[in-house]
Amino acid sequence: MAEPKVRILVAKPGLDGHDRGAKVVARALRDAGYEIIYTGLHQTPEMVAAAALQEDVDAIGLSILSGAHNVLLPRIVELLRAQGTADVKVFCGGIIPDADIPALQAAGIAAVFTPGTSLERIVTWVRENVRPRGVAA
Amino acid sequence: MDRSELERLREARRRWEQGTLRDALARQGERAERFSTVSHLEIGRLYGPEDVASLDPARDLGQPGEYPFTRGIHATMYRGRLWTMRMFAGYGAAEDTNARFRYLLAQGQTGLSVAFDMPTLMGYDSDHPRALGEVGREGVAVDTVEDMDILLRDLPLDRATTSMTINAPANVLLAMYAVVAESRGVPLGAVGGTTQTDMLKEFIAQKEWIVPPRPSMKLIQDLLVYCTREVPRWNTISISGYHIREAGATAVQELAFTLADGIAYVEAGREAGLDVDAFAPRLSFFFDVHNDFFEEIAKLRAARRMWARIMRDRFGARDPRSWVLRTHAQTAGVSLTAQQPTNNVVRTALQALAAVLGGCQSLHTNSMDETYALPTEDAVTVALRTQQIIAHESGVTNTVDPLGGAYFVEALTDRIEAEAEAYIRTIDEMGGMLVAIERGYPMREIAEASYRYQQQLERRETVVVGVNAFAQEEAASIPTLAIDPEVERRQVERVRRARAQRDAAAARAALDALRRTTESGGNTMPAVVAAVRARVTLGEICDVFRGVYGEYREAAVL
Repeated sequence: MAEPKVRILVAKPGLDGHDRGAKVVARALRDAGYEIIYTGLHQTPEMVAAAALQEDVDAIGLSILSGAHNVLLPRIVELLRAQGTADVKVFCGGIIPDADIPALQAAGIAAVFTPGTSLERIVTWVRENVRPRGVAA
Repeated sequence: MDRSELERLREARRRWEQGTLRDALARQGERAERFSTVSHLEIGRLYGPEDVASLDPARDLGQPGEYPFTRGIHATMYRGRLWTMRMFAGYGAAEDTNARFRYLLAQGQTGLSVAFDMPTLMGYDSDHPRALGEVGREGVAVDTVEDMDILLRDLPLDRATTSMTINAPANVLLAMYAVVAESRGVPLGAVGGTTQTDMLKEFIAQKEWIVPPRPSMKLIQDLLVYCTREVPRWNTISISGYHIREAGATAVQELAFTLADGIAYVEAGREAGLDVDAFAPRLSFFFDVHNDFFEEIAKLRAARRMWARIMRDRFGARDPRSWVLRTHAQTAGVSLTAQQPTNNVVRTALQALAAVLGGCQSLHTNSMDETYALPTEDAVTVALRTQQIIAHESGVTNTVDPLGGAYFVEALTDRIEAEAEAYIRTIDEMGGMLVAIERGYPMREIAEASYRYQQQLERRETVVVGVNAFAQEEAASIPTLAIDPEVERRQVERVRRARAQRDAAAARAALDALRRTTESGGNTMPAVVAAVRARVTLGEICDVFRGVYGEYREAAVL
């Protein structure tokens, strides 16, 4: 049987409109063979979690440059757990000070990519860490 | 230049190419097959008089302070007066930003520029659920006229003009500013300052909006008409390429889309019944100044020439002030790197020098720590000092347009103008920028350019020092500014208290009046001013617009 295609939701929580990074990463992942669903801008945590459920994704890439990451990203992970999709891998990128990274990881964000990260590194991380969910081993 | 002179020059070039150059290349090849700007424009090996043979200095350059203003908008440029050193600042509550402004003025800054937080930019009060975690984070939170009053406390508004980076709720912030100025004895007719008010570039690039493009243009028309009649010293729209560039556009795209936005605003003003010369002198511009030194200088020179021609020839403006492209410039935030952050001081200095050689009227220089957070006081001081060193030590301010006539600069100016004109023609053929935006055209062009650039980086065709070359293992650590989460809690309390303590009936009446005016299609500005006076909040006013016009949702394009 052919390997099911990994589906990734690229989402922009928060009110900032800086979508250059989200779009570039989304395109790079698409070029790497992943199925990409892009939410567009200004998503609430509830909207992101609902989209993850509805689109049945295996991972969520969050891009945030508004400074609200400490509040919004853990909330997204909580909502994923509450709706029974805790196995969706969540990774993020944006203007995120180093000091905030340990708390985000403790909250369940699997990887934090800071400015200057190469697309190659992100794609490699996804390849090594994201598997189709709910597929019997 | 006559034909025989041109032939003589070309012959001299051929002789050099077949002799000295060929020998040199035989000894050592060049470092690359293709040399290009950061925007991928190919750059030639050498520029000489034969490359600018079609340039007519009288027609294409003119004299400084005269049409078409290629050499600058003032006769004496920086010999007469330096550019305004205007650092964009805003964080936390109004008190925090007011303190930063007073610090910057004490350090020799000459203009003020307000950065608002995301909820304010999107027209939400600080206690709105969508404001959660965002209050005071990327700018200052302003919910009420009291916040504006605190923001402007003890600032010399008569000497240092204030520019506000505010777009979707520009009408509200203008009203707040005017009400505060009036309370200090400055009549509306004497109030000066700037609102950005440029919604087209929001839809294209910056993406902070409230209502869809067409009603957004209607609100801008209201502001244009109101200011032309009541606040004649207000700079109504700061037509901005900065955000377009930061979103990944090339220099040519930035220039073309910005001027096309400007064309759309001039058309909107005329459609609202204004004579072009009644409002065009109060339009100004805002460009990014990126890494590629000469490309940026050429872009600013081309911008002035193109706008002068557009205003005189396309719109028939007769007042020379309508022809003038006055511009603010900001160094490129997108060019800064998290790696080896002190290198950002050098990048910013070079970009600032390009802005000055390009003839800007005011300038913001980014701080080295801005890939991490909003800047610390120390970092912003170095950024301001960078401008002061260029102004007072480098000597580049001693003469007007020192690069004018340089073969390369003039050839590049012509080239950028020609490529930008082609984009503007395409947009004209679509039916103008509003239609182009509705079709997603500029957004797609920018996304393409942005992805292409990122791929160049990945392939190391573009070198970024400290990132894909000359990297260091050890992480540099610099201090960064942290916003106290208490700011949000206090601001939420403050806006709730303001709502509770005002005259409820007066506020309700003002909101009802605003709703009726908005529904009827009348000019909303007087009703917005009245609402602000009645202590109605920013979010409440914007809710009226959302209710009448609907909220904008972008079709997400990858």
